[in-house]
Amino acid sequence: MDTRVAKKKLGLKDRYAAMTRGLGWETTYQPMDKVFPYDKYEGIKIHNWDQWQDPFRLTMDAYWKYQGEKEKKLYAVIEAFAQNNGQLGVSDARYVNALKLFIQGVTPLEYYAHRGFAHVGRQFTGEGARVAAQMQSIDELRHYQTETHAISHYNKYFNGMHHSNHWFDRVWYLSVPKSFFEDAITGGPFEFLVAVSFSFEYVLTNLLFVPFMSGAAHNGDMSTVTFGFSAQSDESRHMTLGIECIKFLLEQDPANVPIVQGWIDKWFWRGYRLLTLVAMMQDYMLPKRVMSWKEAWEMYAEDNGGALFKDLARYGIREPKGWKDACEGKDHISHQAWNTFYNYSAAAPFHTWVPTDEEMDWLSQKYPTTFDKLYRPRLEFYREQQKAGKRFYNKTLPMLCNTCQIPMVFTEPGDATKIGYRESDWRGNKHHFCSDHCKEIFDNEPEKFSQSWLPVHQIYQGQCFEPGTDPTAEGFDPLLAVLKYYQLDVGRDNFDFEGSQDQKNFAAWRGDAPQGEQQ
Amino acid sequence: MSNVFIAFQHNEESRPVVDAILADNPNAVAVHTPGLVKIDAPNRLQIRRATIEEQTGRPYDLQQLHVNLVTLSGHIDEDDDELTLSWKH
Repeated sequence: MDTRVAKKKLGLKDRYAAMTRGLGWETTYQPMDKVFPYDKYEGIKIHNWDQWQDPFRLTMDAYWKYQGEKEKKLYAVIEAFAQNNGQLGVSDARYVNALKLFIQGVTPLEYYAHRGFAHVGRQFTGEGARVAAQMQSIDELRHYQTETHAISHYNKYFNGMHHSNHWFDRVWYLSVPKSFFEDAITGGPFEFLVAVSFSFEYVLTNLLFVPFMSGAAHNGDMSTVTFGFSAQSDESRHMTLGIECIKFLLEQDPANVPIVQGWIDKWFWRGYRLLTLVAMMQDYMLPKRVMSWKEAWEMYAEDNGGALFKDLARYGIREPKGWKDACEGKDHISHQAWNTFYNYSAAAPFHTWVPTDEEMDWLSQKYPTTFDKLYRPRLEFYREQQKAGKRFYNKTLPMLCNTCQIPMVFTEPGDATKIGYRESDWRGNKHHFCSDHCKEIFDNEPEKFSQSWLPVHQIYQGQCFEPGTDPTAEGFDPLLAVLKYYQLDVGRDNFDFEGSQDQKNFAAWRGDAPQGEQQ
Repeated sequence: MSNVFIAFQHNEESRPVVDAILADNPNAVAVHTPGLVKIDAPNRLQIRRATIEEQTGRPYDLQQLHVNLVTLSGHIDEDDDELTLSWKH
């Protein structure tokens, strides 16, 4: 650890003020509104930017110093991990599939966040907000790089990571995170902050980084724990930015309250749907488990979010509209998502499997009211089929929700035996949704969401084949043609974990007998 | 009344900080999960530089917290000597 720098002459509060105030100026060659064209059109009223406070009061000099220290620690671990063949120390090769999802679906979001914050850091007229957004922009670029570096070691040994950037722009389930962030960065700067800094970072991001990284630690993955916690140490600052930004907007003008509430309603639900992937990683993809998705939801969303919205009630803010449905979903979404990926394992560059009996017992203990009744019988049926040599792969493309872009797999509030369907008509087309909340998001911005790039529609329209593909040729297999367009290595990246190259390699490297391999 | 919390990476740099928090906040409870220590306290939690310095016998800059910080909740008030987390309502 560093020794303390010589006592500075100014106290922290004065130092922060000196480093962040008076950096901006009123432009004279061009009107301010032309130089900063985006900070009014959303209807947010700001009377005094000087009331913006960064509670950590981190100044640029301290920022670089601590970020440098975090990097040195992280890269020492990554290097030690590589030198000691750390990949062989993970609990089970199934675990690596969680990392595949991470590099495919989470890491690219860091890059989007970097771009988004660089943009808003330019567009606000208040200097405090600009400094905070610029620091976060640099943080996000750091996360993108460190995650890529840490996981690149696994890419040397395991399938399913080699084309993650290419996949992010094409593969069906990756349109879920991609469309989430593209929605955010194409909003105005204030919506972006409420979406990313508040609704995502403050209310939901703990669910991604904290229990999952603890899970990585428990599964022997030293390098992921370290990049995860290193990223999360920046995240605390981002979360703080989120709550400060909300307080600032609400205190500036009462007319901001309904606008902000609308964004909270929208972005809480968008973020919650996105985290379905994390729920599944936590309950099904960590061979050694730390806590269930439900427990994590109760700890970080219900307890902490509950405290937050109680605190914000003084401004006239209530909990997000989808809150109750999301809390009900804690018993279901991980199971519904895993089932979907099990079905579509031929079309996804990571492996799925039926959990072992022991794992199912854990799930039934954690989900006493739902797992045995609704989800275990289906998994046991899959296992029987698989044993009989009939591993089920669904080749029918699913209907997608036009807003969250997740296949329509979620059930009705109050009835987990019935799939939820909603629809809206807009300019002669019918648009489909998984829930009231996704429908409402569309209905509020149909011009935007009617342009969604929905992977299933695009496949049916023939947009997801390599140039020169002839769908009328005899024996044409549309799925194989799509996988070719994805640049997915069929037989290595996809299908069940049982019998996969990852499974065989890992067993051979560790000198274990292949685990339960089917003869 | 709601809880505030703060979590750190579970390592030797965090240990005196965690000990100081537990000493200064009698209602605080530390929970360990792999790699992580999370401290919950009803409504308010205070981190004092002086107590950390007593634990280690050497100077400490409160902003060093950033290096091992994992997550927190509540409103923050920070100066050179103290960092406080609290809910107002």
